[in-house]
Formats: sequence, C-alpha cells, structure tokens
Amino acid sequence: MAAIAVVDYKAGNLTSVMKALEAVGANATVTDDPEVVRRTGMIVLPGVGHFSATKFLEERGLRKAIEERINAGVPFLGICVGLQWLFHGSTEDAASQGLGAFDSICDRFAEGKKIPHVGWNSLTVKDGSHLLRGVETGDFVYFTHSYRAPVIHDTVAITEYGEPFTAAAERGNVMGVQFHPEKSGAVGMKILRNFVEMGC
Amino acid sequence: MLTKRIIACLDVSGGRVVKGVQFVDLVDAGDPAELAARHAEAGADEIVLLDITATHEGRGTLLQTVKQTAKRLFVPFTVGGGVRTLDDATAVFDAGADKVSINSAALRNPDLIDEIGSRFGAQAVIVAIDARRTANTAGNAVDAEVFIQGGRKATGRKAIEWAREAEQRGAGEILLTSMDADGTRAGFDCELTATVSSAVQIPVIASGGAGNAQHFSEVFLRGKADAALAASIFHFGIVDARALKEEIARDGVPMRLPC
Repeated sequence: MAAIAVVDYKAGNLTSVMKALEAVGANATVTDDPEVVRRTGMIVLPGVGHFSATKFLEERGLRKAIEERINAGVPFLGICVGLQWLFHGSTEDAASQGLGAFDSICDRFAEGKKIPHVGWNSLTVKDGSHLLRGVETGDFVYFTHSYRAPVIHDTVAITEYGEPFTAAAERGNVMGVQFHPEKSGAVGMKILRNFVEMGC
Repeated sequence: MLTKRIIACLDVSGGRVVKGVQFVDLVDAGDPAELAARHAEAGADEIVLLDITATHEGRGTLLQTVKQTAKRLFVPFTVGGGVRTLDDATAVFDAGADKVSINSAALRNPDLIDEIGSRFGAQAVIVAIDARRTANTAGNAVDAEVFIQGGRKATGRKAIEWAREAEQRGAGEILLTSMDADGTRAGFDCELTATVSSAVQIPVIASGGAGNAQHFSEVFLRGKADAALAASIFHFGIVDARALKEEIARDGVPMRLPC
C-alpha cells in the first residue's frame, strides 16, 4: 500500500484526520517537507480555518512538490480548505493563490442563512465518482465552513445551503471534499477507504 | 438539507461517566469511550465530554480519557471543563478532540477565544454560556445574566451581549445553558434560546431542561436552536438517540437518520 503524506501547513489540528486514515488501514505520515511529498505515493491536504493559511504551501515549496506529484498521477485528496485550494482561489484571501486545478473561485455563502454552515447535511451524488463509490444521494456528512466552492463540471456531489455548492469534486487523480470525512461516521470512513484503496 | 443536531453529553469525573445515558448491555457503563461509541452508533450527531471535576490532579486523567474516547469516534467530539489556557486547549486537541468548550475562563480572559480560534480555527471553539433570567433581572430573556463557576457566581453581564462578543472574537458556536430550565426536565428555555440565536450569526446549541422528544422539537422550531444537547433524557423512557430523532423528525424537524 502506498504511503500517504498528510501535508501540515499549520492550519489546525491533524489528529482526527490521522486517526481516521489509520482506522481504514492507511500508512500515513504528517509532513511539511517538500522532499517527503516528492517521494510519497498519495497526498492528503486537510485544513480548517482561513484560506490565507495556504500561503505556507507556497512559502515552504510544498505547492510545487504537490503539483509535480499530481502531474505524475499520484492520488490527491483535499479536505475543506484543502478542496478550496484546488480552485483558482478564494475571496476570503485574494492575495493567496490556489492550485487552479478546478476552474473557478470560492466565495462566502450569501447572507440570509447562519454562517458558518455547521452540521450534518445531505449529498446529491453524481454517477461515476471513484471517491464516492458506494455513497448514495441522501447520505449525510459533516460540514463546518463559511466559504464554499461553486458547482463546476468536475463536481461529483452537491449540497444545498441556501444555494447549491460543491461538496465533492473529482477529476482523475485530483479529488477534494468540502465536508470532513474523518468526522462523518460510516459514510466518511467509506470515502477515506475508497481513497486509500486507490494507492493499492 | 442541513439537519438539526442532537448532541449527547457525558459528564466525566476521574475518568468515569458519572451520569448520563445508561445502555443496558454495556460491559462497563461508566467507561466514557464505550458510552461515546454507543451514542454515535445510536445516531447522536456529536459527543461532548464534560470534565466536571476539572481539578489540577484530574487533568492528566482527563487527557487519557479524551484519548481513549477519541480513538474510535468518527463524529465531532467536543471536550469541556477546565480548559483555561491555550496550552490546556492544545493538549485536549492533541488528545483527539475536535472542539473545546470554554466557559468561566473565557469570561475571565476573553482573549482566550481569539487565541484558540486563531491557532485552531473558529470551528474548534465553543463558548459555553450559563444564563439565568430569574435572578437579578426582570425575568426577560433579553436581560438574562451570565453566571460562572458552575452557576455559583454572577458576572453582571447580559447573555446576548456576551454571545455577540464571543462571536466577534471568533467563537464558532455558542453552547447556551438555561440555569432556570436545567434539571427541571420541563423543556428548554425556548425564549432565551431564540433571543440569543437571533442575536448572533453562529450556531447556538441549546442545553438545559430536556425531558422528552417534544421539548427538542420545540427548541428547534420555536427556540431557533441549531443543535440541542442532552445528558439525562435517555433515562426517561426514550431508549437512544435514534428513537429520539425519529420522534423529533415526525414533528417536521430535519434530522439525520442513518439507515
């Protein structure tokens, strides 16, 4: 089984992600070293909090290392801010650039609902997603965020909160989820297991 | 659709659950890890572990308990009680908690909210407010006063103002306990909950007074709560979170009902 690099960019706590990956049998290591990323077979980019934290990826040389690995076909999973980073950027911090793998930018939820969007919300799942294999429309996952990615061509699951947004996106080996699979009970563990098995 | 959350609270002292839900076939009914796992399986949307001793010598035990409980828990997990500093919070997160709940310490040192929020993200900080509207006030929900030290000491601050300040400082959620309703099993204080929930943008968790499923429906529909917390309700005729949620869902409240 391929080793997973869980990229630490000093945005929050990684204990829960590590615990969940280990529970599905992954061989995961926390790292902020681009050289470790360059040797890894799979990458997870977690992250909570502010989009500006992704600057660290640039400063530390991690962005370039991740880009190289993605181009080499290594499975990549972004979680929460990690998903948003796959887009061109976010209005939360216009000065920080995303990877631009997905062609749009993230924006704050429109006024009128409580922000942040916190809690268990349901998915509308598109056919053909490898990451969401076995996950069905109506399944619940746990969210906590104020900014959201728009629905795009590569969206594989949509959630509604005042408006539809991207709950999961996938194109080949590049995948991201806005929700927290590590906190989403059995559904979340299924998704992490699907990801980990891509490295077999 | 975003569902309303049912949060199961375990009161822990010296590594043991001292009150709360009792499942009949548990190997060890006082083991927080086993009880938390059972609640999650039964459909609880989140677990809160509240350290009710929170003494200095108890902290090491608590961290061990948090670690054991977090190990096989894959729903959001909050730890409260005795978190006084950023270091306390860091230790609790390292042990596997997703959120910390801070109460008296936040009132004494409001910067603690900013500190934990900027290090771990707003989603990781719950500010717990114990409010009473019968003492020292005219009984209006808008004038409800904040108490600290387990409700023993009045602060002279209004609950809605403190909730707003906590939000501005970067709290992700408010856990609002009505001291008037707490322990009565006569229902949540819907008016107080609605007052605070309308005053802030962040989610409000209602606590205190749960006696039956109807009370939960009321606090969601009338009290504008985003989540509701209960410890002892499961003693009074309702078997588990799933049965409770099915009953609440029948009142038209969106609930996560896993198959």
